Amino acid sequence: MATLREIKRRIGSIKSTQQITRAMKMVAAAKLRRAQENIFAARPYAYKIDELIQHLVAKIENPTDPLLESREPERVMLVVVTADRGLCGSFNSNIIRKATQEAERYRDREVSIVSVGRKGYDFFRKRNYQLGREFINLFNNVQYQHAQAIAEYLIEEFLACRADRIILVYNEFKSVIQQNLKVEQFLPLRKREFEGEGSGNLVDYIYEPSQEALLKALLPKHLNMQVWRVLLESYAAEQGARMAAMENATENAGELIHDLTLLFNKARQAAITKEISEIVGGAEALKSAS
Amino acid sequence: MADKRLRLEIVTPQRHLAYEEVVSCSAPGVLGYFQILPDHTEFVSELTIGEIKVEFSDHTKFFATTGGFLEVVNNRVLLLLEACEAAEEIDIDRALRALERAKRRLQEQSPDVDLMRARAALLRATNRLKIAQKLSLAV
Repeated sequence: MATLREIKRRIGSIKSTQQITRAMKMVAAAKLRRAQENIFAARPYAYKIDELIQHLVAKIENPTDPLLESREPERVMLVVVTADRGLCGSFNSNIIRKATQEAERYRDREVSIVSVGRKGYDFFRKRNYQLGREFINLFNNVQYQHAQAIAEYLIEEFLACRADRIILVYNEFKSVIQQNLKVEQFLPLRKREFEGEGSGNLVDYIYEPSQEALLKALLPKHLNMQVWRVLLESYAAEQGARMAAMENATENAGELIHDLTLLFNKARQAAITKEISEIVGGAEALKSAS
Repeated sequence: MADKRLRLEIVTPQRHLAYEEVVSCSAPGVLGYFQILPDHTEFVSELTIGEIKVEFSDHTKFFATTGGFLEVVNNRVLLLLEACEAAEEIDIDRALRALERAKRRLQEQSPDVDLMRARAALLRATNRLKIAQKLSLAV
């Protein structure tokens, strides 16, 4: 059996670990609340602008805008949004697994990976993947300009035909304890099919200035906004995952401490019993000797 | 006709406002200001910097915007704006400071000043001030 001192030391070390995980949980909870507010504020705008784009695109007979051009996907670009930091449960590994699956699907095509977040970058860099640019260390203070920079880069790659299809892989924030893995096509813009009552959606608009000009103005904003939304989703999901992971860790540490304390008490009792029996035994021996 | 009303939604990346019972709404289109009344035809327009006026039967609200898009479908007006401030929310001091800064930048004419941006800032500041003043006049 382990010595008393060893057990005591282990209890001490687990206690300090528990303090750290508890503190990290609190920090994640505070950040989560802010992240949650941000994503809830950004969502309606992102969805509405998406809707408007869909209406416009559906009405255009032959789209001339290069951002709508659908090419045979020879070169596929995967944009993988992970966190910059670990200690958030299976958050990063889930998204990386999903991304490798996606890459596998396009095995016979040329696949390149754009990493947003350091964890994904570290993973794909060490393996045999073709890498695009990476955007790391931005979640510490995520800003709209970051989203703009990313969107600009992706649009440029698409227009230069270095990527025929761009796919976003990210975690959607569903609730504090739940994230959804999402795979979405970013470019070219997908025409969604309007079904059934959908014909009611296809109203004849009057456009001001013109349909093309409107689309031209709207598209970059739409794309920026989608990237921005994805960043916020992922950030909120990350904080949620970290909070849950740290909560579990704190609980597990508590359990360990409980078990070890029990072990410690048992060992102490055993030691006392042993000592007493030794003393009694010694006294008996003395008595019989005299 | 008189009892027909509009439903109006203002959506920006920061917030989401919705109004019922709107009598009319005017907005700064890229080709000039226009007004939306009930039973307006389906319409999409790009908006530029300016003032958005929302009229209710008993009062009127003013908003400052830097631009965006407007959609009208079936008596529902959707405003997708990059930024939007209600007249009563405008921080006049901040707007004045921004105005001063933009003016100074424009006068300096040093090569490292982005003229386009300075001009846009000037426009934004004057727009906000104009709308904020409208409110103080009404009170």
